[in-house]
Amino acid sequence: MTKLTPVLSAHWDEADSFTIGAYKRHGGYGAVVKALEMEPDAVIQLVKDSGLRGRGGAGFPTGMKWGFIPQGDNKDHYLVVNADESEPGTCKDMPLLMANPHVLIEGIIIASYAIRAGYAFIYIRGEVTHVVRRLQAAIAEAYAAGHLGKNIQGKGYDLELVLHVGAGAYICGEETALLDSLEGFRGQPRLRPPFPAIAGLYAKPTVVNNVESISSVPSIINNGADWFSAMGTEKSKGYTLYSLSGHVANPGQFEAPLGITLRELLELAGGIRPGHQLKFWTPGGSSTPIFTAEHLDVALDYEGVSAAGSMLGTKALQVFDETTCIVRAVLRWTEFYKHESCGKCTPCREGTWWLVQILRDLEAGIGTAADLDKLLDVVDNIMGRSFCALADGAASPIISSLKYFREEYMQHLTTGGCPFDPVASTVFATAGSR
Amino acid sequence: MAFTTEQLTIMDSIIARYPKSRSAIMPLLHYVQSIDGYVTSTGIEIIAEKLELATAEVTAVSTFYTQYKPEPVGEYHVGVCTNTLCAVMGGDAIFAAVKEHLGIENDGVTADGKVSLEHIECNAACDYAPVVMVNWEFYDNQTVESVKSLVDGARNGNPPAPTRGPKTLRTWKENSAVLAGLSDGLAGEGVSAGEPSKLGLKISRGN
Repeated sequence: MTKLTPVLSAHWDEADSFTIGAYKRHGGYGAVVKALEMEPDAVIQLVKDSGLRGRGGAGFPTGMKWGFIPQGDNKDHYLVVNADESEPGTCKDMPLLMANPHVLIEGIIIASYAIRAGYAFIYIRGEVTHVVRRLQAAIAEAYAAGHLGKNIQGKGYDLELVLHVGAGAYICGEETALLDSLEGFRGQPRLRPPFPAIAGLYAKPTVVNNVESISSVPSIINNGADWFSAMGTEKSKGYTLYSLSGHVANPGQFEAPLGITLRELLELAGGIRPGHQLKFWTPGGSSTPIFTAEHLDVALDYEGVSAAGSMLGTKALQVFDETTCIVRAVLRWTEFYKHESCGKCTPCREGTWWLVQILRDLEAGIGTAADLDKLLDVVDNIMGRSFCALADGAASPIISSLKYFREEYMQHLTTGGCPFDPVASTVFATAGSR
Repeated sequence: MAFTTEQLTIMDSIIARYPKSRSAIMPLLHYVQSIDGYVTSTGIEIIAEKLELATAEVTAVSTFYTQYKPEPVGEYHVGVCTNTLCAVMGGDAIFAAVKEHLGIENDGVTADGKVSLEHIECNAACDYAPVVMVNWEFYDNQTVESVKSLVDGARNGNPPAPTRGPKTLRTWKENSAVLAGLSDGLAGEGVSAGEPSKLGLKISRGN
């Protein structure tokens, strides 16, 4: 049994865990002292050696990303933290920032120092007022304590940190759309190249990292690259937050080494809710192809999930039992992608709209068997044909659900409607609330 | 209505946060909502003037993002998550029941202007499903009955406290000011984390 390894979440059960006092009580801001005594390149090397990979979904090596920033170019450099967390099922960064905002701020100071940035931004989604409050207060505390601003801790390094609050657009979690949004435009993805490392925010070299990636940095500085890389698997090093939601007895956050399996996580979460069985699940949010009970023992690391035909993504494990209609689930995700398509690329804008029309008919049992092929045909025409990966994400639940549950789609057509009772899927199905 | 000198000074302080002024457009739009309750044409004009942009450029940004409201919303804006996981866990039933209870549709506002309603996308709290947000504060693990009583409380000016948030639910305008980057001093209120957030930690402590 893989052992849990709470690092970022180690003190979330303390009533004042979000304050600078609590953070320092547990050694907080010690990593900054250590890092500012190192050469910036040595910090980058240490993060490279740790094997830390991006926790926002793509899994790109963090230290390598930092190394792409050209040095000695006499340009301003920027660090932008992606706290837009909007991928359906993903719910790790918001509790992290609510309970432990200072670990992100400490990571930001270290990362900014390493890439020689004088300005850093946190782009947080706008629909989380209390998380915004916690971050605002933490940033103010960090300034007051001399961890931000001019001449940080007397080491001659200056850094300004700005919290930027979004306004409800999933697409702004895509790094180039995020940068456009931060520059004050509609959040629409840019064509790459140039990549943000060369021309990012204000066309200057920019690193965009996920909250959890940057928050992992202080622990690496404190404990060393070997400590971090001793956890996890061969190419997926370290610990990470796994988020279990849906039809499990006890949903929640589990910080564990990469490579744990859903079977092990379910054991910790008390299993599927009593009296029911696992039907399907997402390994890393709705944009990652679904899995079924046959994938319970897939190692949840970047390689393991990929080899099994999906993606580790954000490690957002949404679990559904046998009461859930696959067509309803996929329709709802598709409606989401249609709603959130920014409209820039025609295949995505039009394609997601048509996918919704077809799926609505299928759910209502008024489609035909040919519609299933039409779904795949539309998907073929939107995947890889847009600036960003939103359309690819929209394709994932459709392709994977047809792979595992084609019969269930057909059943809607033969019975002329949805054979499932939506009430049976609810948490209050047995509580008599309805 | 014209903005006061004090409000215009606050807008200047928001602009001063950024290396380039145009980046301030989003917090300024949140700020306009904190004064007018929605994105008014006056607000658009003032932002355009401050940032030296055409009003069309500001409107183009404002209309892209769903949190910027082109029409007034209620003092308490209720969002019911109906993305797949919450929908399946009860969000659909909650949304249908609340619409009926309030007698309004999606994007509707009650006649007294107290409560407005919309279905929302995933709000990053899936381990607390079904989730409802009011003025973008978390109301976790909701039921049909709990949300009915939540909106009744809001209409009577006595809404229950958020599950993970301040002790008292603030109004739409007050919370919009927080999103514009203005502190209300309430960060210290509320829990550090809810029970699901702490589950893994709790189990590891028992090991």
